[in-house]
Amino acid sequence: MNKRLSLGMAFVLLVLPSSLLVAFTHYPAVRALANSLWNNATSRRPSRFVGLDNYAALLEDEKLLQVLINSGLYALGTIPLAIVLAIGMALLVNSRLPATSLMRLSFFMPTMLPMVAVANIWLFFYAPGIGLASQILSSMGLPSVNFLGSTETSLVSMMVVAVWKEAGLFMIFYLAALQTVPVHLKEAARLEGAGSVRVFLDVVLPLLRPTTIFVAVNALINAFRLVDHIIVMTRGGPNNSSALLLYYIYEVTFGHRDFAYGATLTVLMVVILGALAAFQYRVLDRRTHYQ
Amino acid sequence: MSGNGVSLEVRDLRKSWGPVDVLHDVNFSIEAGGFLTLLGPSGCGKSTVLRLVSGLDEASGGQVLIGGRDVSGVPAASRNLGMVFQNYALFPHMTVAENIAYGLSIRKVAKAVRQEALARVAELMALGELMDRKPAQLSGGQQQRVALARVLVSNRPLVLMDEPLSNLDAKLRAEIRSEIRSLNKRLGITVVYVTHDQSEALSMSDQVVLMNSGRVVQRGTPKALYERPANTFAASFIGTPPTNLLDAADVRLPENLRPGRGHDGDGWLVGVRPEALRFATGDETFSLTARIEAIEYEGSISLVRLVAPSGARVVMAHPAAETLVEGEQVTVGWDREATHLFSKAHGGAIALDE
Repeated sequence: MNKRLSLGMAFVLLVLPSSLLVAFTHYPAVRALANSLWNNATSRRPSRFVGLDNYAALLEDEKLLQVLINSGLYALGTIPLAIVLAIGMALLVNSRLPATSLMRLSFFMPTMLPMVAVANIWLFFYAPGIGLASQILSSMGLPSVNFLGSTETSLVSMMVVAVWKEAGLFMIFYLAALQTVPVHLKEAARLEGAGSVRVFLDVVLPLLRPTTIFVAVNALINAFRLVDHIIVMTRGGPNNSSALLLYYIYEVTFGHRDFAYGATLTVLMVVILGALAAFQYRVLDRRTHYQ
Repeated sequence: MSGNGVSLEVRDLRKSWGPVDVLHDVNFSIEAGGFLTLLGPSGCGKSTVLRLVSGLDEASGGQVLIGGRDVSGVPAASRNLGMVFQNYALFPHMTVAENIAYGLSIRKVAKAVRQEALARVAELMALGELMDRKPAQLSGGQQQRVALARVLVSNRPLVLMDEPLSNLDAKLRAEIRSEIRSLNKRLGITVVYVTHDQSEALSMSDQVVLMNSGRVVQRGTPKALYERPANTFAASFIGTPPTNLLDAADVRLPENLRPGRGHDGDGWLVGVRPEALRFATGDETFSLTARIEAIEYEGSISLVRLVAPSGARVVMAHPAAETLVEGEQVTVGWDREATHLFSKAHGGAIALDE
């Protein structure tokens, strides 16, 4: 029999972690919801309850619309691409090719770097005229492109950076999942006449589904959460073409010091994320086999 | 199920993993429609042989002939054989029907033909109401039957089975054992079966290939292996409880008994199966005197554990041991025909001469 914990000790052990949770997660969340229902205080008049006025302002906000479209494109572009790349890299690393451990290291390296460092590396890549990307273009006889400085390319450039950083992490999850796929299943399919593509599509990919759900949800969260590179590289510009929702929240709250509207935007983001995660789980889960 | 089997021959098959040789010149053959068992302790290379025959692994030397045709270099899918894996290898995300028809759909068999084949094996293996379930919803025995159905649906003339019964409980094992044997007989398919269970091998096979440490120890019918073990390994691996191997000094043999062919001048061992022992009088030849150490009741027989004066242990299978008393001194004898002689030096069988 284990010794029973005294009530006082149990209380201490419970209160310590839960007070951290309350202080840094629950209180701010509730506070954001409350703030979104009040207007901003100024030096002359205190904050006052305005009900859903802030939410009404959301509908009028044209910049918000642009930011939401940007965020949607960003998520739609980065998530599938990162997943496909991650599966491809995991298959490569899991194969019997030589130097797989070197590959594993180099695929995983971007994940270990802080986003700010990644952003700085890519600033050099994207630098017009002298950057790697420009040099590759000019070696092929193509004109130089100002990747970060033009509205057509800035968002795509941010997406490339995110995929480059994220795919390595997802590869590790897929690699672990690949190694749990029983060899006998692949052999049974091979004996039935399946080529390696059919073995992958019919046997391996369905067994990777739980990993895909996990990775997709994580990728979605990251698509809304990671904006360090935008702050470093474009500051949402030019003309808001690379501004994402979280960056906009940051700008409104700490740039314009409009805490009430910032809180409203935050609530919006939480609602969007929650709805998307619920949707993902319901759609993907229904067709998933868990071992 | 048209299913006429094909013959299989394995010639000088070798396999090395890097510097380690795991198979040394394995030879055996089985005629079309036959049932051949590769028998041996775990790690003896029997499953490796099966994988080389299937084409899942590549041999380091030697040949595999299926229906007289050398299949070296032919990919597994083109060898026209089916395989049942130890853990069944059912696709967990497919239903039973999808599992069984998987090979047919890969080979783009027309839907009507596929349905017909599916219905046929479903009936053959009594899978009727299970077709829409997932493997996780089936019992071990049902999973086993699905695995068999998946192999049978394609009418492959040669079926390889890698310890297919080892995950089942004893009762199911006996049931599916006879089911497999009857499928082999009824459909005429050639079966190569791998097991470490000697009673499975004896009861199912036309031919048994006994292996140890990557070599074939003995080949032959179950009866030949049981009655004429080629060496001490075969004698002790086949039969339960195993053959008693006794020092010549512990037993009374006729004065004129001489070891014959196969004797190399060193000493020899006398092998007697527990079931060949009976109670005897003290002056018989082919007998020994020992003390009863323990009696184990097993229903149809009892195992009588004996200790010879030298300390050597002898096991006797006796149909009615109720009257025996532990600690009692007894004499047990056996027939001349039940006597096996083995070289002490290399374990090989020695002929009996007088």
